Amino acid sequence: MISPHTKIKRTVGALDVVILVLALALGAYVYYRVDTVLAYNWSWDFLPGYFIRQDEQSGSWIANILLIGLVTTIRLAFWSMILAAILGAILGVMRTSTRLLPRLFSRVYVELIRNVPPLVFFFIFYFFISSQLMPALGISDFARNMSPENEKWVSILFGQPKLLENVISGIICLAFFEAAYIAEIVRAGIEAVPKQQYEAGLSVGLSRFSLLKSVVMPQALQKVLPPLANQFITLIKDSSIVSLISIQELTFLGQEVAVSTSKFFETWIFVAVLYFVICYALALLFGFLERRGSSSQR
Amino acid sequence: MAAAVNVDGCNKMIEFRSVNKWYGDFHVLKDIDLDIEAGQRVVICGPSGSGKSTLIRCINRLEEHQQGEILVEGEVLGDNPVANALIRRKVGMVFQQFNLFPHLTALDNCTLGPIKALGMSRAEAQERARAQLERVKIPEQADKFPQALSGGQQQRVAIARSLCMEPDVMLFDEPTSALDPEMIAEVLDTMIELADSGMTMICVTHEMGFAKTVADTIMFMDEGRIVEAAAPEKFFNSPDSARTRKFLDQILIH
Repeated sequence: MISPHTKIKRTVGALDVVILVLALALGAYVYYRVDTVLAYNWSWDFLPGYFIRQDEQSGSWIANILLIGLVTTIRLAFWSMILAAILGAILGVMRTSTRLLPRLFSRVYVELIRNVPPLVFFFIFYFFISSQLMPALGISDFARNMSPENEKWVSILFGQPKLLENVISGIICLAFFEAAYIAEIVRAGIEAVPKQQYEAGLSVGLSRFSLLKSVVMPQALQKVLPPLANQFITLIKDSSIVSLISIQELTFLGQEVAVSTSKFFETWIFVAVLYFVICYALALLFGFLERRGSSSQR
Repeated sequence: MAAAVNVDGCNKMIEFRSVNKWYGDFHVLKDIDLDIEAGQRVVICGPSGSGKSTLIRCINRLEEHQQGEILVEGEVLGDNPVANALIRRKVGMVFQQFNLFPHLTALDNCTLGPIKALGMSRAEAQERARAQLERVKIPEQADKFPQALSGGQQQRVAIARSLCMEPDVMLFDEPTSALDPEMIAEVLDTMIELADSGMTMICVTHEMGFAKTVADTIMFMDEGRIVEAAAPEKFFNSPDSARTRKFLDQILIH
């Protein structure tokens, strides 16, 4: 184990050289297989055109499907994170309730979702959402009869109105799935707050709600920030699975590009880089929040 | 409901009527009968495990008793969380381990109760909090987080936090036991000042010097019973019970 006091070595030792050589050799081998044995003909120049292109009539630059897919993935991830965080917080608090019923409900929900593969859950859940929930919510009617003002906002927040139902189905699927994991994280955070904090809060006359909101949750959140960041990054990556229920996000559109151009390596490597960039950016953001939170208590 | 008033016209602050409490099979409080009047300063001492902390934790319902009645300002303690929150607003509590909120500054620790429980405005609550931090002599630490304060300073913030609720009675649960020796005096000074101001206080402590200076009644508890309750002079010089004498011999020799 590395304790906080162990010095991390910055100099290069013999073992580091060996590892580096091995890594380079492996890279060279893969390159050799692809280049010589597979005789793969690399061509990257078609890609930018699928990301952003010039409109033939107006001459202005407009997003093409990969960029649209990227933005859809970001929208999908953003709204699912918010919804999953809210649902997860509620379920997590229910898990720690002193009453049996909320505890039981939350437990059953978490166990059902944790023990089913995401794709299977999405297939089942999506069938219900698209056939029952969406008509009940009247999303497609709403999308068709929007005022121009509404349409502008909906386009910014959710993308093209004609795909509104599609995107919202994806958001709901993802959020309900990830909420189960977030609930467990929230529960662990709440249980990590010492019982003396509850006593101190009660002693100054706080109601149960105020106690939870002003004393327990802020401390629980500080403790769960690292696993929460992890879960949000997982959420972004899991969002690629909803391409299989025809949600038109980055992986779905990447697939279309890969198939229509037959440039599988280039397309998927590019898509992978895009995922990496958003996930890594989120990790950096959470790292910043963590440092800020812990430094504020010094 | 108005506070119960006895024949002498004194306010009865806290009453215990044949209170019994068990932790599982362990009988921790046995037939406790107790009257504490407004302005009284009671020190409770006794060996560890004698039930002294449990007794004061019952007063603001951090512990439930199973038999008998406890009345705070005439109100019977029960299971209603809303009623309990109302009673806790009148009963301040200071803990052995301070239990400050680590995510809030000293000032915010003090304003949380007044804002959330009493519905005060932030500005009003801050004014009150600054006054109380002044009273416990650490106004300059208002914007620091608990981790940045010494044990003695943390305990004084905890006292200020309770005082901000303007309680009618203050409970102290071994407030100096977790402190380094050089910090005990600053906390005791704060408590003496509080006693001089006429606050009703119930204090579990082994600080016998403090008890002599401040208390008007000293209670000795052993094995869940109140063995002796007397004015300091009588308590230290001619206690009725042999057990009290033995306890005093043990703690006063050292």
